[in-house]
Amino acid sequence: MSSFLLKKIISLIITLFVATGVIFILIEVVPGDPVAFMMGLSGSTEAADALRIELGLNVGPWARYVDWVWGMVNGNFGISYTYRVPVIELIRERALVSVPLTVYALFLSTAIAIPAGLISASRRGSLVDTSFMGVAQLGVAIPNFWFAILLVLFFSTTLKLFSASGFPGWDAGFLICLKALTLPAISLALPQAAILSRVMRSSALEVMNEDYIRTARAKGLNKNQALLRHGLRNAMIPVLTILGLQFSFLLAGGIIIESVFSLPGLGRLVFQSIVQRDLIVVKSIVTLLVFSVVFITFIVDLLYAAVDPRLREGN
Amino acid sequence: MKIINLIIILFLGWPSIGWPMTLNVGLQLEPPNLDPTSGAAAAIDDVVYGNIFEGLVRINEFGDIQPSLSLSWDLVNNGKSYIFYLANDVLFHNGDRFTAADVKFSFDRAKSNGSTNAKKYIFKPIVDINIIDPHTIMITLDQARPDFLFNIGLGDAVIVNEDSADRNSFNPVGTGPFKFVKWVRGDRVELVRYRKYWGPSVFLEGANFKFITDPLSAYTAMKAGDIDAFPNYPAPENLFLFKNDPDYEVVVGLTAGETILATNNRNPPFDNLLVRKAIAHAIDRSELIDGAMFGNAVPIGSHFAPNHPDYIDLTGLFPHNLDEARKLLLLAGYPNGFNVSLKLPPPIYARRTGELIASQLGRVGIKVKIENMEWAQWIDQVLINKNYDLSIVSHVEPMDINIYANPNYYFGYDNDDFKKIIFDIESSTDAINSSQLYKLAQKKIADDAVNGYLYQLGKYGVWKAGLKGMWANYPIRSNDLRGVYFVGGEQ
Repeated sequence: MSSFLLKKIISLIITLFVATGVIFILIEVVPGDPVAFMMGLSGSTEAADALRIELGLNVGPWARYVDWVWGMVNGNFGISYTYRVPVIELIRERALVSVPLTVYALFLSTAIAIPAGLISASRRGSLVDTSFMGVAQLGVAIPNFWFAILLVLFFSTTLKLFSASGFPGWDAGFLICLKALTLPAISLALPQAAILSRVMRSSALEVMNEDYIRTARAKGLNKNQALLRHGLRNAMIPVLTILGLQFSFLLAGGIIIESVFSLPGLGRLVFQSIVQRDLIVVKSIVTLLVFSVVFITFIVDLLYAAVDPRLREGN
Repeated sequence: MKIINLIIILFLGWPSIGWPMTLNVGLQLEPPNLDPTSGAAAAIDDVVYGNIFEGLVRINEFGDIQPSLSLSWDLVNNGKSYIFYLANDVLFHNGDRFTAADVKFSFDRAKSNGSTNAKKYIFKPIVDINIIDPHTIMITLDQARPDFLFNIGLGDAVIVNEDSADRNSFNPVGTGPFKFVKWVRGDRVELVRYRKYWGPSVFLEGANFKFITDPLSAYTAMKAGDIDAFPNYPAPENLFLFKNDPDYEVVVGLTAGETILATNNRNPPFDNLLVRKAIAHAIDRSELIDGAMFGNAVPIGSHFAPNHPDYIDLTGLFPHNLDEARKLLLLAGYPNGFNVSLKLPPPIYARRTGELIASQLGRVGIKVKIENMEWAQWIDQVLINKNYDLSIVSHVEPMDINIYANPNYYFGYDNDDFKKIIFDIESSTDAINSSQLYKLAQKKIADDAVNGYLYQLGKYGVWKAGLKGMWANYPIRSNDLRGVYFVGGEQ
């Protein structure tokens, strides 16, 4: 187990290091100067030069790369060009929206998808199965932003039960914030739940044909008991894989939903920073996202081992 | 509650006025920071100008210069020096008293070598700042410059406090009627009424500026009641939905944004006046305004705001006439037209207008290839490297016809007669003369068809019925809330 951990950690560090290089090069080749952007259509060149010095943009790319990576190693992500506050503070503020939203959406999607997938599998071919999978098909097909707009038009502008947009901030109270995140979380959860329930179903169906299920049935368990006691853990492996991918995707991939609901999340911060050429923020967030993806994959690997003892041997 | 509130209450009748409320104002763009003396972002002034920060003078809704921290002023020394008589008992939001030393500090700071003020040119002509007493200050310029007074009314010239100036970008401290509370980045900026404000008390208890980028979300936020006012509503196409709803008021005004078909005068074929005139004849402004702006814009014939007193209507100079356009192209040696690129920045007005322009020019044989770009790319390629043929952009700076006197600007218009006109305007102390010169300047660039002059960008104000005192126009970018109050039952 410990050599398994060590290997994973070393590969995590190498991945991050390679990622910083790629991110830096990509951002260097993107046209557009952050200073020119900030000065607008009529800014004076003198002021632009002063700003360039202030932002540390007057040195060569090598020096900037080394500064950046060395800063991150020391926990200093630099100062945002446009907002003029530490990047880490910006990321922290935004993560306080994006992470709870992601967790909320994943909670909703698993709470719907796993029971739905299992029920469909155990009653394969029945009316319940057909209708669940029909709804799932629809859920995959419906664009989530369109669904989000429908939710807003119904719950916010017609019923006036929810705010149409914005996030009050956690100091306004937990329930108020939870309420503000509810419609976005539902919109994000719907397509994810649809995908997840289909995976759950097919994976459950697969294990139902295994020998050990037949043995369990032979011992006298009924179909559902056999599935829940012996089949579920085995069927969870592909579901966990999808969940891990969905978590990383939702973390920054919620950008469209964040725009529809004007939520100050990570996705919108990345987008805004790209538009404003706040390159230091872009670099840092992308690095953090790479880190979180690698880290989540790592957690998922550990979970595999937890559900399947055969994987604990380190092979 | 101060006298003026009482008068208004008595005047309107007690039951009809709402209690002081906190106004939720929707804005499309979030400011990058809150220091109006730093970068050029209009979004900064949208929040802070007139609310948190004040200058020596203030530009009002109609573009007039009003007394502000300077209650009055004298012009001496043949117009070269201004003596400003400053208000007493003014406190900054951090409790510091405002004196002439703050004026000197603010202007010296904006003028210094390390200054990142985007409009440093305003302060360049200052040769001396002399504090006569704590409430009187004399500013001497290199020559008489009548536009100086207007310029120091801009957000770039607000008065800041020495102790707090460096932190204004995230914790702004000014002398205005509203005090900064907090900024939830990505969501809103909260302001509260400053109880020790030196001027007439304001009616609102506070204001939240909420940032809603997506036009559809702007609509739903208004309809859900999250937002009380959208001073510059981002979607002209669905304004009618509010016009038909008695709960909302729609006020279409003007911005200082001249929307132009920017033309690279440096390179062929646009170095040829005949070609530029042909383009001017090929443009159909009413089709652009109806098609791209849903009828909510005012045509222009030169680079000047139609609501300015010195404006002259030049839209008839090159009437829409395809035959005339084809004839001019033939004369210029392009009987079969030519191929050009049209580089468009992201705003929706530019993209929509661009598609129509491409089809209009196509009718006279000019084949236009549209290239959509992001802002940063556009600034890099078009504005700085001048690597473009045509573009569409709105020049939102107030009174910016002088950009045509800079031959290095991206239009590449280099004309000595025009430069002379601008030089005369900058040094003319005679109002009638300067008005004549502004008219001459408009005429000159229109005659030379430097750019295609399309329309003045509208300001689309949408707010709850009963909300009074919001600006109808944007002579400068500001949502000054000092005069805003709410009449009626709601709130």
